[in-house]
Amino acid sequence: MADTYDILIIGAGPGGYVAAIRAAQLGFKTAVVDREHLGGICLNWGCIPTKALLRTAEIYHYMQHASDYGLSAEKVGFDTAAIVKRSRGVSTRLNGGVGMLLKKNKVDVIWGEATITAAAKGNQPGQVTVKETTRAPAPKGALAAGAYSAKHIIVATGARPRAIPGIEPDKKQIWTYYEAMVPETMPKSLLVMGSGAIGIEFASFYRTMGAEVTVIELLPQILPVEDAEIAGLARKRFEKQGIKILTGAKVTKVEKSADAVTATIETGDGKSQHLTAEKLISAVGVVGNIEGIGLETLGVTIERGIVVTDGLGRTNVPGVYAIGDVAGPPMLAHKAEHEGVLCVETIKGLHTHAMDKAKIPGCTYCQPQIASVGLTEAKAKEQGFAVKVGRFPFAGNGKAIALGEPDGLVKTIFDAKTGQLLGAHMVGAEVTELIQGYVVAMNLETTEEDLMHTVFPHPTLSEMMHESVLDAYGKVIHT
Amino acid sequence: MPINVLMPALSPTMEKGNLAKWLKKEGDAVKSGDVLAEIETDKATMEVEAIDEGVLAKILVAEGTADVPVNDLIAIIAADGEDPASVQAPGGGAAEAPKAESSKAEATAENATPGGGTMSYARVNEAPDGAKPTGGKSEGASPGAAPSNEVGRVFASPLARRIAKQEGVDLGAVTGSGPRGRVIERDVRAALAAGTGKAAPAAAPKPVETPQAASAQAAPPPAKAAPPAGLSADQVRGFYAKGTYEEVPLDGMRKTIAKRLTEAMQLAPHFYLTVDCELDALMALREQLNTSAGKTKDGKPLFKLSVNDFVIKAMGLALMRVPAANAVWAEDRILRFDNAEVGVAVAIDGGLYTPVIRRADQKTLSTISNEMKDFAARARAKKLKPEEYQGGVTSVSNLGMFGIKHFTAVINPPQSSILAVGAGEKRIVVRDGAPAVAQVMTTTLSCDHRVLDGALGAELISAFKALIENPMGMLV
Repeated sequence: MADTYDILIIGAGPGGYVAAIRAAQLGFKTAVVDREHLGGICLNWGCIPTKALLRTAEIYHYMQHASDYGLSAEKVGFDTAAIVKRSRGVSTRLNGGVGMLLKKNKVDVIWGEATITAAAKGNQPGQVTVKETTRAPAPKGALAAGAYSAKHIIVATGARPRAIPGIEPDKKQIWTYYEAMVPETMPKSLLVMGSGAIGIEFASFYRTMGAEVTVIELLPQILPVEDAEIAGLARKRFEKQGIKILTGAKVTKVEKSADAVTATIETGDGKSQHLTAEKLISAVGVVGNIEGIGLETLGVTIERGIVVTDGLGRTNVPGVYAIGDVAGPPMLAHKAEHEGVLCVETIKGLHTHAMDKAKIPGCTYCQPQIASVGLTEAKAKEQGFAVKVGRFPFAGNGKAIALGEPDGLVKTIFDAKTGQLLGAHMVGAEVTELIQGYVVAMNLETTEEDLMHTVFPHPTLSEMMHESVLDAYGKVIHT
Repeated sequence: MPINVLMPALSPTMEKGNLAKWLKKEGDAVKSGDVLAEIETDKATMEVEAIDEGVLAKILVAEGTADVPVNDLIAIIAADGEDPASVQAPGGGAAEAPKAESSKAEATAENATPGGGTMSYARVNEAPDGAKPTGGKSEGASPGAAPSNEVGRVFASPLARRIAKQEGVDLGAVTGSGPRGRVIERDVRAALAAGTGKAAPAAAPKPVETPQAASAQAAPPPAKAAPPAGLSADQVRGFYAKGTYEEVPLDGMRKTIAKRLTEAMQLAPHFYLTVDCELDALMALREQLNTSAGKTKDGKPLFKLSVNDFVIKAMGLALMRVPAANAVWAEDRILRFDNAEVGVAVAIDGGLYTPVIRRADQKTLSTISNEMKDFAARARAKKLKPEEYQGGVTSVSNLGMFGIKHFTAVINPPQSSILAVGAGEKRIVVRDGAPAVAQVMTTTLSCDHRVLDGALGAELISAFKALIENPMGMLV
């Protein structure tokens, strides 16, 4: 049997592989187990390949509107296979990169399905059995299935698409993000069930590529976690692009025929309607992969499908930790990475604090982009804050006009009493690259005063972030 | 520079009061110590003394006015050489004054918050429009958060600074938990919740009875606000060659121990009383009790008493026998207790806890013994709940197992004493004029002189010694 590892991580997604590298940096003998792909869903079937697809859509959009910029582009078309090939190529390249990073940091990769058979007790390390997997061939240099032992075991098994009974994805006509990412042909019509980040990104991609798209959302607002005003503005833009949106609407039944799906949709007013399209994408959220790891046998506390931790990754069973999607929402790659590092540093005994989940940004890469951090205006009021709200429209920003992107809004929410930045919400071009400025500000606990004193470069979209703050305090210049 | 006279807080909880009477008229010269006005609450009447010289330029709240909020501007004194006629009442009243940008002025304003419990009127050494800081003598009298600034810069987030300013928290007295010890929002909120770190600690012990003495202390010496910081990390590192040491970051427990015990040594005047206790009778009784212990189903004894269990019980009973010692200092009063609560220091990896045995006087030795075993186990697992280690009037710290013969312990605030217990060992004693061998344990009681005077402390430790040497008394 192999030597005992200090830390063994189950799952090489963004949480797991980052935790592994940090553990190796801290001098731990580290291994990471995976059954399918280094980099996890994020890198192989999620964040990254969809960004490749959306980049294609963005360029296609510009080419279609080339004349707006004084250019001519004729016979603009696309090759679905080449689009998918590029997206897969991006994933492959980064997947190889993760392998290199692990190797460089002397992290062992073990290939297979892991089950924890015993947690560490006293001087006895925890035991992990790894079974062979047929899901994907092992990368070069990976250790084979077998019995392994480790003092600390971190569960980082991620999540998978939620399936609604009766509307289970069949991979042919009812898709999850897996199938939606590798279409053989562009569907002419598409129903998207769920308007979270995943649903909206695919709706945006396929609409730009020419499909008739209808988004069906159960809640009264699309992008339900976002600020209502921002989501409302985004909705108007989507509808202008030709996306049909039904909110407060529930898909109750889906019937499949040879080349189409027909969904029965109930709207809040008790009426129902039938919509037919070539494909349906089920994007109603994800659920944690908590099964088959041995958590129940070890007595690890699980509540509503989520492994309960103390915020530093520790479960109720000493020696067993959980990070990322399995440890609860928000189920985002950057949250998983941060939790992974915190968990490993806690094991090392470094001074750590649980992450403040109120300061985790969220980004959606549709056209227009949406980015946010902190409390929405409604949530802030609900929590009893007297708020000062700042707004600045893209139309007032020189760079946005020069880019030909005059639609969008930067909204900031402050606690009127202390000047604390409670939340920031943006819709418009490139906002996913802007939000981090506010995230840093919130993390450093800046008040409106510090933000006002900060010099923002001209001409940039970031100037709108300054103006929004100024607006909250009645000092805005360009509106 | 005109001096603002604000409505004083007569007690930490006072929010408003009645302006009963002005004893000076507009235009009267005032000098330090002159009584300006009488303020009354439902509990007491108090005189407001001037601590500045000048001329009472403006009275802004007429006598007989009821329910004047604390910190409202009630009068303005024109300083020497200023023309009283030129002094203008500010439009927005006192609320405007603290907006002054000088930190000195802010500190002074904080000083007058109800929680600060200061006695005199609070001055803001600023023109009502918040123009410039004063110099000279008023600078020297400026109390408040200054010490933190004198010792060095306090690293705090902008939000923490603003909340501290709004709530009157002295940042220098707050332990930072952010990166590199930076004070962040949660630290200030925690300090607020715990009631610590308030700027301008109460300077006047007995407000109502001795108003004059109290107002003389109106401007507390700066050192009160925060314990003086020692050498900075950089200064300490400077004494040692690089690479000869490892830097160990402070965890919360280490910071708390450092902060609270430093405070204890600086604020509680300690004195120490040492007695030797003969243990032979106790050891014999312990032996007898332990052999007679019943067994559980799996054959384990129901209890196994340690000497420390007797010590805890004896301290509990001693506190009940000397009720005046069963008390703690509470700044402007003493809290006296009906039950004996005895903390017990439990060393754990990297620190210690002092779980408290409640009603130690009433519990049986076996109950105390089993509670202690549970406490010790959970202390080592860091699973004690705050309510299990908070409170207590005294504590027991036993280093006998390390062979320590005698030591003195630092009182664990807010307790008023702590018993340091040494090893029980065979010693030569004099009995009936002849040398004899006895098992003897040296114990030292550290007493907080604010609560216990020498004779009272002696009474307490004598009661303890009597119980230890006649242990049957603990069984009934």
